[in-house]
Amino acid sequence: MTFTSTKEYVGVPRDSVEHFRGEQLVYIAWHQHLLFAAPFMLCVPPQMTFGDLVHGPLTMLIGPDPDAAAVDWDTVVWTKGGKPFSPDPAKSLAENGIDHKSWLRFETAGLNSLCGV
Amino acid sequence: MTTTAANSGTTAKTPTAKSGAPGAKLNMKDRYRVMTRDLGWEPTYQSREAIYPYVEYEGIKVHDWDAWEDPFRLTMDAYWKFQAEKERKFYAIVDAHAQNNGHLHITDGRYLSALKIFLQAISPGEYAAHRGFARAGREFAGVGTQVACQMQAIDEIRHAQTQVHALSNYNKFYDGFHAFADARDRMWYTSVPRSFFDDAMSAGPFEFMIAIGFSFEYVLTNLLFVPFMSGAAYNGDLATVTFGFSAQSDEARHMTLGLECIKFMLEQDPDNLPIVQAWIDKWFWRGFRVLGLVSTMMDYMLPKRVMSWREAWNIYGIENGTALFRDLARYGIKPPKGWDDAEQAIDHMSHQFMLAFHQWNFGTSFHTWVPSDEDMDWLSEKYPTTFDRYYRPRWEHIKKLEAAGTPFKNVGLAQLCQTCQLPCVFTEPGDPTTLCHREVEYKGEHYHFCSDGCQDVFDNEPEKFIQSWLPMPHLFQEDLAGSVPDWMQWVGLINDTDNGEYVGSGDEQNFTAWRRQTTSNS
Repeated sequence: MTFTSTKEYVGVPRDSVEHFRGEQLVYIAWHQHLLFAAPFMLCVPPQMTFGDLVHGPLTMLIGPDPDAAAVDWDTVVWTKGGKPFSPDPAKSLAENGIDHKSWLRFETAGLNSLCGV
Repeated sequence: MTTTAANSGTTAKTPTAKSGAPGAKLNMKDRYRVMTRDLGWEPTYQSREAIYPYVEYEGIKVHDWDAWEDPFRLTMDAYWKFQAEKERKFYAIVDAHAQNNGHLHITDGRYLSALKIFLQAISPGEYAAHRGFARAGREFAGVGTQVACQMQAIDEIRHAQTQVHALSNYNKFYDGFHAFADARDRMWYTSVPRSFFDDAMSAGPFEFMIAIGFSFEYVLTNLLFVPFMSGAAYNGDLATVTFGFSAQSDEARHMTLGLECIKFMLEQDPDNLPIVQAWIDKWFWRGFRVLGLVSTMMDYMLPKRVMSWREAWNIYGIENGTALFRDLARYGIKPPKGWDDAEQAIDHMSHQFMLAFHQWNFGTSFHTWVPSDEDMDWLSEKYPTTFDRYYRPRWEHIKKLEAAGTPFKNVGLAQLCQTCQLPCVFTEPGDPTTLCHREVEYKGEHYHFCSDGCQDVFDNEPEKFIQSWLPMPHLFQEDLAGSVPDWMQWVGLINDTDNGEYVGSGDEQNFTAWRRQTTSNS
């Protein structure tokens, strides 16, 4: 049962990719860095390379955290949708399998200035 | 059945029949019967099913609508009299508040932020409840239920009106009050109550009653109104105290109606139990998410605090809730599924919310601030196991960034929960260092949740919740195309006026200057 209704009922998603003008949403969380209250929501083109995403908007966004300068992007550990993930920075988000509303998380072991770990 | 007392067929005991004098007063019991139950009739031109098409599809079985008890036995004519008296008192005090510059008697201008959140998030919910009860009163098949819902519908619109009127006096002097109706529909932090009420109003009449009548009015309302009205009293806000008192006797009636409805369903048929239990689980959790706003107000926004959110939860959540669910256990009802997760979240949620509001305060129609050292010491004392370890370091860092002239603004927008629509600011139960994340794949789309409770709601009704209108993703869709100025205009937020830091705001400057005028000649 997906919905109790008086007749057959089919919902239409409000956030599907065609509403985003050729771009897509990507969610990114920095594990155990909760100065940022929630995972970031970015709206970017699927053709953007993963490297450009990381060194552009993501690096800018994490700047206020005292650990930001110490992040070594070559060694961070990524997951996508909770599963291990090895993105290729030279390839696009689409080529890396990062589709609309994908959820990424990166871990930077040893960097834990503010989180009370 | 007949519709008048004179020929109702059961008039042997009525004073009218005894005295034989038309117009003689009925006693209360007869009066109640005549003015409620006797207003109903058995239809002959149309079938009951055609007149009440929504009473069965939810699966709730009712064998005897007359078993509905009306504990207050209030008739419409008495109701008008009581309410009119309350209105007269209310408006007399609100007028006096306005004429005596009551807005300058509050403890501090920071208190206004709590009022703005209330007006943007809660008062429109009263209006939504009005519409919902009007509908429920039409859709239920029993007269007792219809009359009770009708009264509650009128109560709710009165609450919306008295709140808007009481707070309109503040709108004359301060920023952030002016666009509450647009804020309710469009703002990111008010979409939690909006989606709560939209969800309830698009459900069937019985689920609506559990959502509003039981979960909101019975389980959670004390956590909303008691601390809020005490907070208003502690902080010198006579206008808010007055609408609180004016609503209080109505709330007692609403709570009784909610409890009566749940007992009625459970007593009518044993098959109703699993449906009711699923609704209790769902609506407890949805209501608990709405209360996050209240926790922040209590712990951070009241210059003179009443009690901590934790203390309020211990009294109104644990004590009252435990007693209630012990009472309902004889029907087979268990405490809501999310109860233990809620208990764990209590020591964290206000801090998580206020940190979120502060870093996104460019997008709030109220002001925020970093808590003072004294405030932080109070928070340490009230939250000995969590504040110093998890939250003080973040506030201290934010304070440092502000002192360095590089205040922290999180310009990355937040991921929202598909169900409650709040930013996903909550941590894993048992691990306050890790954000809680749940993800579901449904018909080829990813959906994200802040908690198990919110994911459960989605899993049970995905066709409903894939339609959630989420304010942050909407900013990037066709009409706003990622433009923050356009977004501000659309939500009714005036940049550098309604939003941002309290310190240096127009509200702070005006409040300070006007208050000085009341005590000095400058």
